[in-house]
Amino acid sequence: MSGESLNGPVPVPRLGRTPSRLRIHGTPVLCVMLGSMIPALLPLISQSPTLPPLGLLFLLSWRLLHREIWPLWIGAPLGAFDDLMSGNPLGTAIFLWSVIIIAIEFADERLFWRDYWHDWLIAVPACLTFLGGSFLIARMGGSAVPAFLLLPQLLWSALFYPLIVRITAGMDRWRMMA
Amino acid sequence: MARSTSRRPGINRRAQYSLFASYVIAIAGAITGLVALVLAKADPAGFAVLRAGAAEITRPVSATLSSMVGGIGSIDEHVLAYINAGSQNAALRRQVEANRVKMIEAQAIEQENIRLKKLLKLTQSTDSEVATARLISSSSASLRRIARINAGSRQGVQAGMPVRAPEGLIGRVLVVGPNSADVLLLTDSQNIVPVRRASDNVAAISTGLDDGTLEIRPLSAGTSPFKPGDIMVTTGTGGLYSPNIPVAVVVALKGGFAIGVPLASPARVEAVMVERPYDANIPPPPAADNAAGATAP
Repeated sequence: MSGESLNGPVPVPRLGRTPSRLRIHGTPVLCVMLGSMIPALLPLISQSPTLPPLGLLFLLSWRLLHREIWPLWIGAPLGAFDDLMSGNPLGTAIFLWSVIIIAIEFADERLFWRDYWHDWLIAVPACLTFLGGSFLIARMGGSAVPAFLLLPQLLWSALFYPLIVRITAGMDRWRMMA
Repeated sequence: MARSTSRRPGINRRAQYSLFASYVIAIAGAITGLVALVLAKADPAGFAVLRAGAAEITRPVSATLSSMVGGIGSIDEHVLAYINAGSQNAALRRQVEANRVKMIEAQAIEQENIRLKKLLKLTQSTDSEVATARLISSSSASLRRIARINAGSRQGVQAGMPVRAPEGLIGRVLVVGPNSADVLLLTDSQNIVPVRRASDNVAAISTGLDDGTLEIRPLSAGTSPFKPGDIMVTTGTGGLYSPNIPVAVVVALKGGFAIGVPLASPARVEAVMVERPYDANIPPPPAADNAAGATAP
């Protein structure tokens, strides 16, 4: 577990080989960006919000898996990309993802340790913050969307999170292997 | 997982400063988001270039996938069709018999229509179609109901143009990129369409409810004159949508208004047509001296 820090020693799973810096740093970022892109890539014409915020779920799972994987300000650039890919007004995810990342940082200061259920209990309120915040922003923008339409998305997010963690852990394994 | 120590800098001055700086940058990022939101509210088209650029990145993949998959949105219908195959077959047979008679009648009426139009020397302008496209993706993780088509400014699409399918109205173009465009669907709560009942001329306003249905409010006060089964079509008022495009069928009544379902389901339509705004087909009055019409000679 000593090799998780960005500044710490890089793990050497095979003799004499280290993963490239691009692979170490690029994989999590690309993973979150791909999660943000999925709604725009799928040929799915939905009549109500159906897909969970996959970009946010990947962001949360990477952040909760590795505490020091990203600087604190990562929410802004990745949020900007998510805003461009989703139909939300630009600034929604920049603001809300930044707030979520800072809030998780504060929670980490308080928690002495956390396990899987703590991660899940952090991820679900974070999704609620994002969905509720984007709902309020949409309302301020003049949309009259009813609040109950958020419930399926929130439910999907809570149920999808364990799967996303599995995927993230698999990618993390690949990322560390040279 | 135990907490790590490197974000507790201790008495190391340099580590304290860098931790403080990371908080400052993170909060500045959040404030940037708020400023962007305010700017987006003041000027909704301001970030259109960025969004159109992002759409260009995903377009090749989603266009390819949508041509391979015949519509994920209609999977449930395929399943139901198998379950109901027997009874549906008999019902469809009866319907085909009834439709055949109606079709012959319609052909006769069409012939008569052409003859009468010739008599009146009316030429219906059919050059309003700009481009034909396919719906390739949508904002399925967002609260806005926006779909993307694989035609953009290179094909002549401009922001504000109405989009329709053969079955009925789909929406209007919101943001245009070089080869793709975002369409605000009929069911978005910010899409308001003036409609009328097809059988008579009872006027109403159709507003999206964001859940795939429409709210149809009659313009006249009092109880809703609509009943389930009524077909609503566009009026042409406002100069955006040309008249008599099918919009919705009323399925329920709720309070003082009716709930309608769009006749053209975006998940099912094969192709959509982008049309010129209806007003652009009408020549402006000769004496009018307004800035908007100044480009026309």
